[in-house]
Amino acid sequence: MASKKINNVYIKDVVSLAGPVEKNGSIKDYDFVIDDYYYHCKTFEQAEVKMQKTVIDHLLERHRLVHSDIDYLISGDLSNQIAVSSYTASNYTIPFMGVYSACASFIESLIVGSEMMEGKRKSNVLCVTSSHNCGAEKQFRFPIEYGAPKPNTTTFTATGAVAVLLTKEEARIRLESYTVGCVCDMGCKDASHMGAVMAPAAAKTLVTHLLEMNRSIDEYDLILTGDLGAVGAKIFEEYLKRNYNLKMKNYMDCGCELYLKSQEETYAGASGPVTLPLFLFNKVLKQKRYKKILCIGTGSLHNLFFVNQKLAIPSIAHAISLEVRS
Amino acid sequence: MNKDEYQKLVKEFTPKEKKLKNAVIAFLVGGSIGFIGQVVVAILTTSFSMEVKDAYVWLCISMIFISSLLTALGFFDNWVSTCKAGLFLPTTGFAHSVTSAALDYRKDGFITGLGANFFKLAGSVLLYGMLGGFFFGILGVIFHG
Repeated sequence: MASKKINNVYIKDVVSLAGPVEKNGSIKDYDFVIDDYYYHCKTFEQAEVKMQKTVIDHLLERHRLVHSDIDYLISGDLSNQIAVSSYTASNYTIPFMGVYSACASFIESLIVGSEMMEGKRKSNVLCVTSSHNCGAEKQFRFPIEYGAPKPNTTTFTATGAVAVLLTKEEARIRLESYTVGCVCDMGCKDASHMGAVMAPAAAKTLVTHLLEMNRSIDEYDLILTGDLGAVGAKIFEEYLKRNYNLKMKNYMDCGCELYLKSQEETYAGASGPVTLPLFLFNKVLKQKRYKKILCIGTGSLHNLFFVNQKLAIPSIAHAISLEVRS
Repeated sequence: MNKDEYQKLVKEFTPKEKKLKNAVIAFLVGGSIGFIGQVVVAILTTSFSMEVKDAYVWLCISMIFISSLLTALGFFDNWVSTCKAGLFLPTTGFAHSVTSAALDYRKDGFITGLGANFFKLAGSVLLYGMLGGFFFGILGVIFHG
């Protein structure tokens, strides 16, 4: 069984930070906004560490928590060897675990976090994720100032950081159940078309979740995928229809929604592990319209070596279902 | 659905690139750069009584300088995104590729960062340019003596 119900784990609070392009997007009220990709640091990598630190520090401060109040810190990002998360964690005396599922890292951290809290009466776990546009461009694509021409299917790595505090105390948002996805390979080799790479993984995880939890798709008020982008989201819907005979009604893709249509530099939409939490916590959950939400984080698990060796790109999707009390 | 069927589905939904529009823009921009170059050479040879050979060297140096400067000032990447091959194929693109890589890695150490990554993009141009020169040089010797 890839799916499991979660016992009394709640999201107590969230702090989010958004970058210069995101602040001009569809959401205006982030906790922190940065105008400069360097964030007063020397390099983009150090800036991303500072971004993670900012959200963690603010969250701890807001709830008057000290390091020993937190049982575990679980974080992930896109940098090689998730070094950003590790360097951030070196600032805290909190037991740390790094997770990596590319852009599904955030959902993975929630799953791992809630599983670690299983059987405990009182527990606080911090789940953190971040991505940095320039850091990702430098690592995965061309130098930033090169401005390499990109196809329309390319997604734009979002800049931001999100810290989530999981507790056992009752709160408005409850983590209800999760599904861990299988790695999926449908023969896509194009690293600039990650929507196509990840769509089958998302579909598979969704279908597995519905099957194992014995639910119909209509039970959810909203199905939210991470960062399939404008093209990937269409492929996802069509693949579900043709392969599983499933029709999506209440569906949104965070990658398509985070930016405005007028922001042409973002091509097919946002990507990166921070896309889903930025949109989920700052837009979807603030609207108070949805009671049951299924979040499917999607990740393209490639690195440059394998892409250069012309191998197909594997992808993964993890799902977590949320229940929101009004 | 197997892999082939899925690839067909992907193809069906992937928007087509505007190849003709891109080609026309690249042709016009690249052509304009060539035109400007020719005008500069003409001015240098007539008004400054420079030899044609020297004029081309001066032109090349100034093109490289201007594009590198514009890269460093942060304009050039936006222009490349719009003009595409019209800007990154001429000498301007070569200089731009070197400068942009240098900018990325300037804080990662002079040897391990800047030095090692300076020719990240331009390295291929250099290597295959030199190999091509070598190959055609030999052909030239064989056929023309």
